[in-house]
Amino acid sequence: MSHGHAPRTVAAEDVIIPSGHALAKLPLIAAVVGLIGIGASFALMGDHPEQFYLSWLTNFAFFLSFGLGGLWFVIVQHVTRAGWSIVVRRAAENLMVTLPVFALLFIPVIMGMEHLYHWVHPEEGDVVLQGKLGYLNTTFFLGRAAFYFIGWALFALFFYAKSVRQDESKAAQISRTLRGVAPVAIVFFALTLTFGAFDWFMSLDPHWFSTIFGVYYFAGTTVATFALLALSAMVLQRGGLLKGVVTTEHYHDLGKYLFAFNVFWTYIAFSQYFLIWYANIPEETMWYMYRMEGTWLYVSAFLALGHFVIPFFYLMSRHIKRNRKTLAIGALWMLMMHWVDMYWVIQPPLAHHHGGHGASLSVLDLTTFIGIGGIFLAVYAWRMRSKALVPVGDPRLAESLAFENL
Amino acid sequence: MREAKPWGMLAEFENTQTFYKGCEKIRDAGFSRWDAYSPFPVHGLDKAMGLKRSNLPWIVLICGLIGASVGFAMQTWVATTAYPVIISGKPFFSWQAFVPITFELGVLFGAFGAVFGMFGINKLPTYYHPVFTSDRFARVTDDRFFIAVEAQDPSYDERKTKKLLESAGATHIEQLED
Repeated sequence: MSHGHAPRTVAAEDVIIPSGHALAKLPLIAAVVGLIGIGASFALMGDHPEQFYLSWLTNFAFFLSFGLGGLWFVIVQHVTRAGWSIVVRRAAENLMVTLPVFALLFIPVIMGMEHLYHWVHPEEGDVVLQGKLGYLNTTFFLGRAAFYFIGWALFALFFYAKSVRQDESKAAQISRTLRGVAPVAIVFFALTLTFGAFDWFMSLDPHWFSTIFGVYYFAGTTVATFALLALSAMVLQRGGLLKGVVTTEHYHDLGKYLFAFNVFWTYIAFSQYFLIWYANIPEETMWYMYRMEGTWLYVSAFLALGHFVIPFFYLMSRHIKRNRKTLAIGALWMLMMHWVDMYWVIQPPLAHHHGGHGASLSVLDLTTFIGIGGIFLAVYAWRMRSKALVPVGDPRLAESLAFENL
Repeated sequence: MREAKPWGMLAEFENTQTFYKGCEKIRDAGFSRWDAYSPFPVHGLDKAMGLKRSNLPWIVLICGLIGASVGFAMQTWVATTAYPVIISGKPFFSWQAFVPITFELGVLFGAFGAVFGMFGINKLPTYYHPVFTSDRFARVTDDRFFIAVEAQDPSYDERKTKKLLESAGATHIEQLED
């Protein structure tokens, strides 16, 4: 009744980036900047390979979040047969096809295993690590990583290829097929993300363990992904695209997800901390001890304040989620806090083992950020340029275009 | 016995289209003391009626903050002053241990605020209302839609208001007494 004016279909010029457009050049620019960043990182490695590998892993974890978050978002939309999200689903699909590239970006982690992972050479008499050798050994570690990456790539490319094919064929059968595969994908995704987080980030401190750790990383990836999805749509709309396609209603929903999953992150983060604090077992509390020594305490406090308290009250308001400028500020802030979170998870243990007691940003944190981020952005923007920005063949596209919050 | 005085007028509509149009007309005529009744939620009716967004979220927020503060303060007082006990070697004031109950009381008070705030805003429970004197009004729970305009509304004029409702497509109009 009140929404009779929403467009029923989308025009080609709204969803295809024209060849002369500034965004069409973005893949090349980002790739060049990324390669320079990677080159600079290797050049600056010098006598401190530990810092190089830690910085690399931090930014690897940060940008991998978007690939995994994109895959998760797409699967969940199919599992739940969601209608509202169709106009933003292609952006998430473009995020998930960056996953195969992360297999290449993982190579430096393999090169730096000796520096990063203490369990590669456990000391004589370290019974805890001896006991974990069945799981934490180089061969199995590499085999698992290959398994995760191959699985993620296959699912991501499968969902992407089917969705792109639907752009032309408009076949409703494709939606039904994806709905059938999605539940299998979600089980695979949950298990591989959990064990991936255990292997790559939790085993930095191999004596420590937390069964909730996989969920903790997952919660962070969802927050970062919703922030990036909202920002991507805003950038495209500033470039004159997606006019009337992505509306305030869709931004409002992305904002709600951003808020809700940020609360979810807090819930998981506090649950992990709370149980370890209560039980007070030395091998568990060490992980938090490293993060409360020296200046790390300030990083921890900033994380609690900046990743929960401030965005909780900021993103609560409906007006802030429905206004593009205020939502953009919230989304950028959450991206920054997700980076701080990854830094806080990955960098303290080794800094501790090497005698340092404080958090200090390294220039390598910046160069690896530019390097991995550039490559990630190049692939993301290249996919954006190559196909329609919206799944134009989805039979329920009109439902998404006319979507309204109550 | 109380003297019966005119309360207002009740207009009956047979379908959502005329009902929706009737609401828009009453809204545009500047009425403030009126209400619409339907057997099911009509999408977009709040806009047709010109309703502002509810204040309920603010009530919930304030109640939630009060609940969280009460929860935290209560535990602090009990654990440090009223009945201090050493539990697993932790300090008396262990804020970490207070978080779950602080959270729960925030949610509980917020929920109270939502339910009872909704009651208050909707003036519930209402045991008597003049529209109940109409026999036709019983069909509001089945297949009829009603608009009731109060005589106390400054824009109210028995003849003009009746014509306005009829022009929107009201099929039956009756006068109600208090």
